[in-house]
Amino acid sequence: MSYEFLQNYWWCLIALLGGLLVALMFVQGANLHLGNRALSDNQKRMILNSTGRKWELTFTTLVTFGGAFFASFPLFYSTSFGGAYWVWVLLLITFVFQAVSYEFQNKKGNLLGVKGFRIALMVNGILAPFLVGTAVGTFFTGSDFTVNKVAITDPSAPVISTWGNNWHGLEALSQYHAVLLGGTLVFLTAILGCLYILNNVEDKQIHFQMRRTIRLSIVPFLLFFLAWTVLLLLGKGYAVTPDGTVYLEPYKYLHNLLAMPAVLAMFICGVGLVLYAIWLGAYMPSRKGIWYGMPGTVLVVMSVFFLAGFNGTAYYPSCTDLQSSLTIRNSSSSYFTLTVMSWVSLLIPFVLAYIVYAWRQMDKKKITEEEITDSQHLY
Amino acid sequence: MAVCTAHPGPGPGEVKGDPFWKKTAQFWIKLFAINFAVGIATGIILEFEFGTNWSNYSWFVGDMFGAPLAIEGILAFFMEATFFAVMFFGWEKVSPKFHLTSTWLTGIGATISAYWILVANGWMQNPVGTTFNPDTVRSEMASAAAFWEVVTNPVAVSKFCHSVTSGWVTGGVFVVGVSAWYLLKNRHVEFARKSLLIGAIVGLVGSGAVMLSGDSSGVHAAEFQPMKLAAAEGLEDGGNGAAFTIVPGVKIPHMLSLLATHDWNGYVPGINDILRGYTDNEGNVIPSVAEKMSMGRTALDALAVYRSTEDPAVKAEALEVLNANVQYMGYGHLSKPEDVVPPVGIVFWAFRFMIGLGMLIALVLLLCLYAVWKDKLGSWKWLLWASIICIPLVYICGQSGWVVAEVGRQPWTIQGLLPVNVAISSLSAAAVKTTFFVFLGVFAMFLIIEIRILIRAIAKGPELVEPKDA
Repeated sequence: MSYEFLQNYWWCLIALLGGLLVALMFVQGANLHLGNRALSDNQKRMILNSTGRKWELTFTTLVTFGGAFFASFPLFYSTSFGGAYWVWVLLLITFVFQAVSYEFQNKKGNLLGVKGFRIALMVNGILAPFLVGTAVGTFFTGSDFTVNKVAITDPSAPVISTWGNNWHGLEALSQYHAVLLGGTLVFLTAILGCLYILNNVEDKQIHFQMRRTIRLSIVPFLLFFLAWTVLLLLGKGYAVTPDGTVYLEPYKYLHNLLAMPAVLAMFICGVGLVLYAIWLGAYMPSRKGIWYGMPGTVLVVMSVFFLAGFNGTAYYPSCTDLQSSLTIRNSSSSYFTLTVMSWVSLLIPFVLAYIVYAWRQMDKKKITEEEITDSQHLY
Repeated sequence: MAVCTAHPGPGPGEVKGDPFWKKTAQFWIKLFAINFAVGIATGIILEFEFGTNWSNYSWFVGDMFGAPLAIEGILAFFMEATFFAVMFFGWEKVSPKFHLTSTWLTGIGATISAYWILVANGWMQNPVGTTFNPDTVRSEMASAAAFWEVVTNPVAVSKFCHSVTSGWVTGGVFVVGVSAWYLLKNRHVEFARKSLLIGAIVGLVGSGAVMLSGDSSGVHAAEFQPMKLAAAEGLEDGGNGAAFTIVPGVKIPHMLSLLATHDWNGYVPGINDILRGYTDNEGNVIPSVAEKMSMGRTALDALAVYRSTEDPAVKAEALEVLNANVQYMGYGHLSKPEDVVPPVGIVFWAFRFMIGLGMLIALVLLLCLYAVWKDKLGSWKWLLWASIICIPLVYICGQSGWVVAEVGRQPWTIQGLLPVNVAISSLSAAAVKTTFFVFLGVFAMFLIIEIRILIRAIAKGPELVEPKDA
């Protein structure tokens, strides 16, 4: 295996983990209904206990996504996390609250009350996809940083990656293109959440509310997604020459899409699956939309990562100093480390197999109101 | 807690459908889940913090941690997350056998995870198998032999044994303490006696293993981090046949030499010896810190030349100088030799708290077992109270151990290679302080909530059916 192959392979795995993370964020989307006034407290508990059996998978995928980035492209980890500090810290806080909210919300003595922790889950439901989307959005808009590895020899200012402003990532909120991707993810995960609850919970009123929410989300989702896509394809992109020089190229991402037919096919197929899932959830009696929506989401997100990193593209561009931009080639781990990690990654199918098995065992019986009333093992 | 819950007792009892053991397991898993939530919240902070607050560090070590992290993520994280959900929710949804297997897999997943985390931590204490690459300006793992060195790093292995088995002690003491409370209140007596027995066995096995691995940790500290050992002992001037200080003024002659080198008259360097330079037990001459700093600065200057010049001859010369001094490169960032001395008072007392409390806890657990054997549990109320008091003490004991391990290795994030002042991100002090106090506030609140919820859950107690053999 060549070094280039290993770098590409790990970018594919990062893309896959990113896709799985967004798809599994149905948990965040579904939790938005904890504030739905049309649902009774028991119905909200049904939703909470439905997502409560999956939230750890989403959480673990987030941790693994971050860990995989750290392991395979450590210069991205040090540059983005240390630079776009407040974005990652905000994301972290929402997930820290999510981790305890399920367990704490329904327990006596929890100080913040049921409402307090459910609000925390709803805040996580909006902020998590929004921040992840906006952060990924900067893969295409660029960020304000420089990388200077010689800095480590200077004891007075030894940091290799430095951010160019004191907003430390919050300035991305002023980049409407990045924000559009954040908004897209908020509505996409809301739709996926509804599709999941439709499939996992047995309650007519809940089903009605889920289908209604999907219908209400279609227009804003499409507006955000189409606006982001059009701006992406018509804008300039950060191209890299074979010797590693970065420059701005008009229509770069459109060129990438046309130069990589397989990615174009993935993108179209993924969008098609998501739209089909939405149609099933909004207008058809079917409850199986989630099984199209999740794979569709994975395909679209993967193709977005491929557009960002392949075909001679800088995936984490610096708008301050183009030559500081990060590429798959200049930010990865060494050949040997990528080799070891690649061998380990062969276990992924086995891991997926036992997750699917456990998921099927747990979901054989749909969640009903009786279960929420009778069982003691609930959130 | 997973070991206590899936232990041969509740485990087979649950599989056989014995309602007593099932309810017993359910009760402990309920308490386990409350604690688990805060554990997850804590774990994710560590991962994010590597990047957010230690930007240079994450670049410098990324290549070394890559493989261990990948193995941890793929082998452990998902196992823990997937089977925890089955363990907690699956009582009526999966077969008892599958449920018990899930409980074991949750515990095994956590243990595998601990190993790979401690491989990373052990490497920071004793950076083996690494090569500094001047082209990428980071530590790299260059071969299968290097990977094997990292995975079998003796510091990592003993840290793993020490940390995991101290987790057994914590879980065991928690079960014993809660059970003792029921016995004092004369509630759920049979449940409490059986649980206490299980907790005491698990805790005592853990205590024995902690002591054994603690001994090897001491030997490793003497070999790889002599300054940490000197600080833990408050040893200013070392020598042969060094005495172990129990508390200031009370010493056991030769004991420190015996513990640190397994030799009655072994040489143990003190803080001043390390600063001035000394000859170790193998006859190696260890340079003074001032000399190491000088060589470190030479290495940094050579690296700067190597990175900035295009002239092949100058580059080759700079590389030669760099390679000759690279092992002390981290020292080049220090401003004075005394920078290598950690806060001695904190490390010294934390070490004594750890050992003293650890021995006290082991004694209480041993007495509990004796009391069960002699059927004295009901009458030895002082022991039941002592068991309850051990719950906070076991946490203080564990934290003291981490203080020794982490404060004791200051100023290094990676021993000898990267001091903390170079491992940082380019952030303002105000940003770091704000984040610190936000998390301090959030976790103080979580701690209060967790304790309140645990107390209420314990006060409510298990919903039991009497055991078949009672």
